[in-house]
Amino acid sequence: MSSTTQPIPHYIRPWPSGWTWRPTWFGGLHGSERSWAIAFFLPYVAVFLAFIVYPVVYGIWLGSDPELYAELFGQPRYLTTVLNTLLLVGVGVNVKMFLAFLLSGFFVIPNRWIKALLVLYMLPWALPALPAFLSLHWMLIGYGGFLNSALETWFGIAGPIWFNSYPLALSANILSYIWKWMPFWTLVFVAGRMAIPQDIYEAAAVDGATGIRRFTFVTFPLLANLYLICTLLSTLWTVGDFTTAYFVSSGAPALQTETLATFGFRMAFDQGYPRVGIAAVMASLPLLVPLTILLMRRVQATEVQL
Amino acid sequence: MSATTAVRRVGHRLHSRLHYRVRRYGVEGVCLLLGLAIVIWSLTPIYNMWLIALSLHGDIFSGDLWPSNPSLESFRVVIYEDFWYLARFWHQFGNSFYVGLMVTFLTLFIGSLASFTVGRMRLRNGWMLTNAALMTYVIPASFLAIPIYRIMQIYGLGDHLVSVIMALTTFATPYAIFIFSQYGKSIPMELDESARIDGANPWQIYFRIYLPLMSPALVAVGTYALLLAWNEYLYNFLLLSSPESMTVAVALAQFLNSDESPWNYMMATAIIYALPPIILYYGFRRHMAAGLTMGGVKG
Repeated sequence: MSSTTQPIPHYIRPWPSGWTWRPTWFGGLHGSERSWAIAFFLPYVAVFLAFIVYPVVYGIWLGSDPELYAELFGQPRYLTTVLNTLLLVGVGVNVKMFLAFLLSGFFVIPNRWIKALLVLYMLPWALPALPAFLSLHWMLIGYGGFLNSALETWFGIAGPIWFNSYPLALSANILSYIWKWMPFWTLVFVAGRMAIPQDIYEAAAVDGATGIRRFTFVTFPLLANLYLICTLLSTLWTVGDFTTAYFVSSGAPALQTETLATFGFRMAFDQGYPRVGIAAVMASLPLLVPLTILLMRRVQATEVQL
Repeated sequence: MSATTAVRRVGHRLHSRLHYRVRRYGVEGVCLLLGLAIVIWSLTPIYNMWLIALSLHGDIFSGDLWPSNPSLESFRVVIYEDFWYLARFWHQFGNSFYVGLMVTFLTLFIGSLASFTVGRMRLRNGWMLTNAALMTYVIPASFLAIPIYRIMQIYGLGDHLVSVIMALTTFATPYAIFIFSQYGKSIPMELDESARIDGANPWQIYFRIYLPLMSPALVAVGTYALLLAWNEYLYNFLLLSSPESMTVAVALAQFLNSDESPWNYMMATAIIYALPPIILYYGFRRHMAAGLTMGGVKG
């Protein structure tokens, strides 16, 4: 009697205590419910397998040859490309997020003309990237471009030929990137600030937190998580940025200002080495994977609404 | 109370009022300056588009800050398809619309079905699907360009609008699943249960109860998908090559094939191409805010 009621020693248990065996996936459903669930589920699984899993596996297979990486790192252009991508991410994303955060404080001021200004300020984001970047390219083209003409007419300065110099062309890319995407993140932070209940501020004001102290002790701690998640998300997207480098500087001067995505693209489609192109992109995985894991943990831990 | 303290008190009041006024006007002045800087920063590239589009071909790089002979000639050329890059412009415009609408429809359909199964039918291990979706949302789409280009040819979809539609649907659906599963949590489960007791099958619950209640999220995600499809360039360019199947984005970038293209025609095309998303954005701004802004600090 007593032997049967004795608890099973933990080392015999197949899995940790508290776990019970449950049928996976559709096991909890019955009969027609189950077939409905499978039918509802099928379209997404089909799309996922055909257009995500298959390309990813195919890409890994294409880029699996170690010799490709030796060839890749032997290319001097690849190292500049990596540097450019890191600069775009390191400088572009952070400056953009920081300015967006500051500007969101300006745009929450309850004032009629500031609300009207926000509508106008969103225009770069509402515009498709292609026409916006084409315009920026022709604006900065150097002699006869709008920026240099304006500098000449109003200030008597002869502007540089932007795309002939590596630092200037790279800065042009980064500034254009900030111009295009800052409005969106500002809007995100405006929404974040609006979601902070007013009584928190009132309570803080009673305790003496006003002005700069209100910002450092109330607003920033409440938005820190949102700021971190947005920065991570934006970093991941920017590592794969294609349009900015492809249209603003078009790689000028002499394909020195390319990013990973445009380098892979040119390798694959202009020069006919798709495997090198894949390898160039795959080499960014050591950066992408930890960032993705960090982001997913953050999102799950804080339940920030994406 | 002596006279001196009264005088001092009045003086103090005057001084603080002055101080307040200086402060107030100072703050307003700083706000105005900042506002002016924001206007110049945001509008200069957009003004440049109009400047080039309204110039005649010979005047483009003459260094004028406003068009010396403003003319609508380049818009006329685009509208009447009077240049060889633009020979099929309205057909391509239609292609863009077709791709946009199909991507919107498929994203809403596939995304809402998947999130219905995970959220409402108590699918076991549904979190794995949501996580897989988040992964796809986060990984840059441009990194899959080379394999997807090859795979579309394997599927026999080269130079076919279906290839772009499927690729863009794949990239828009994860976001849809997210917003739908977040939004779906606000719809009480009791509705489904009472419908089930009344004999409704899952399709009826999905179609008659779930979808109507989800309409704000559907509008937000639909706008997102439409804008994504209209604005996307890389996949349009890779997967579509003939003038018959091109979308406007690809047609627009064709001008870059030559160094001596009529840039005023290109800018006029760019402006016409940019109008639908801007109209859509400003028309649906309030609805998009529901999901697009990722706001809401819940933690």
